[in-house]
Amino acid sequence: MKPFTYERPRTAADAAAAAARNAGAKFIAGGTNLLDLMKHEIETPAHLIDVNGLGLDTIESTPEGGLRIGALVRNTELAAHENVRRDYALLSRALLSGASGQLRNKATTAGNLLQRTRCPYFYDTNLPCNKRMPGSGCSAIGGYSRQLAVVGVSSACIATNPSDMAVAMRALDATVETVQANGNARQLPIADFHTLPGDTPHIETVLQPGEFVTSVTLPKPVGGTHVYHKVRDRSSYAFALVSVGLIIQRDGTGRVVVGGVAHKPWRVEAAEKELPRGAKAVANRLLAGAKPTEQNSFKLKLVERALGAAIADAKGSRS
Amino acid sequence: MQAPDNFELSRRNFLVLGATAAAASQLVSCTSASAATAESASSVATASLQASGSLQVNGKMYPLPTDTRTTLLDALREKYRLTGTKKGCDHGQCGACTVLVNDRRINSCLSLAIMHQGDKITTIEGLGTPEKMHAMQAAFVKHDGYQCGYCTPGQICSAVAVLNEIKAGIPSHVTNDLMTKVQFSSIELRERMSGNICRCAAYSNIVEAITEVAEGGA
Repeated sequence: MKPFTYERPRTAADAAAAAARNAGAKFIAGGTNLLDLMKHEIETPAHLIDVNGLGLDTIESTPEGGLRIGALVRNTELAAHENVRRDYALLSRALLSGASGQLRNKATTAGNLLQRTRCPYFYDTNLPCNKRMPGSGCSAIGGYSRQLAVVGVSSACIATNPSDMAVAMRALDATVETVQANGNARQLPIADFHTLPGDTPHIETVLQPGEFVTSVTLPKPVGGTHVYHKVRDRSSYAFALVSVGLIIQRDGTGRVVVGGVAHKPWRVEAAEKELPRGAKAVANRLLAGAKPTEQNSFKLKLVERALGAAIADAKGSRS
Repeated sequence: MQAPDNFELSRRNFLVLGATAAAASQLVSCTSASAATAESASSVATASLQASGSLQVNGKMYPLPTDTRTTLLDALREKYRLTGTKKGCDHGQCGACTVLVNDRRINSCLSLAIMHQGDKITTIEGLGTPEKMHAMQAAFVKHDGYQCGYCTPGQICSAVAVLNEIKAGIPSHVTNDLMTKVQFSSIELRERMSGNICRCAAYSNIVEAITEVAEGGA
């Protein structure tokens, strides 16, 4: 691990000022992803701003009937919160399907949104990776790509976003609230928060340098039946090959977001209109223009089948 | 004749000496690197590369390691000589380093010591002693919940926390209904313990040990 200086500000304004002062600084909250990457020297911040002293760890109702989730609310607390379990079950289910109990106790809401890809070539510092070292090339294209992206890919990167939580946040139309280094507040719809790799795969969100997430808000509950169906290589404690977040209403309409297939949670609103026609129709529309590799083309069929299973689950839990 | 004890190295002491030597050589590189950092980051005092303060472990206060990079795991093992907590993967994947922080289980390898000032840290040494074992420790002994024993301190710390999590009503991936109170079951237990890997695969005995404590039999 490279040496770093450390500070623990007490207010959001101090944290923003600390970020503005230190160009090479990183915010640290749970640290479960950042410290791992620092051990590999993939992340090498010269300064760490520990944001655990800022509060931002409560879940409150909003005047609009939704929820405001503090950036530092731990994944365990969020998944177990009564309102989340009752009104946003998809979010509980997605969180509980990820990581281990130990990690969920540490990992935060904002940190989960900002976690980096688990592409094996991003982690292997002996090999080129445009995300880790811009311009060095992509080892995954033509390499071991079974777990990697099939849609929204570029010739520079086929990494996936590993978050389960983000899939649910996308289906629930969450808004990410931030403070920029100059102190200005911003509200970013989750749909625009994560970016596609394009020519700049090292950029993963629209956050500016020094900008930090203060909370994530959910609009008022949309009802329906919530199902998170995650397909992985073992039954617990593994990243998704494919995951499906489904919210389906009694009339057959609903929302579908897929994880494990792209650089961001993958949602195509036009594909959701196909829901009454079944999983195949939705998947065809959702994955139109997909560019899988030889090793991960199975994901196209897997999305359809996982969605089919999710729809069947939803029907079963209603009857 | 002088007893040769002074010259005999136990395996553990040998490893500790090795680690100290490694730490000493790292300190040199850290010092030179800190000088470079101080030049480029003018507003941050060089001093903050050096931590100061204390940590509360098993009810006792210990000085914080000076290198800001020290993980909680390395502080426990290398600085405080609380070697019950084990380093397996050092990347949050195996669970051998599980300790309780404010009664919640975390991976001590993925947390910086400096971030735990004011926290109440409990390690396997704080749960019980060979003379006065915690019920979970006694149950692991009784049910042979291990073979080599390396993952055991992490398994036991995790198991103690799992039972508290179930009592607190925290759901899991396998909980059928999110709106009814979660009940202890073998399926719940296996899912919740999935962050603790045992290469000897003593899982069935681990489940038996934890189940006995959950049912109040130990």
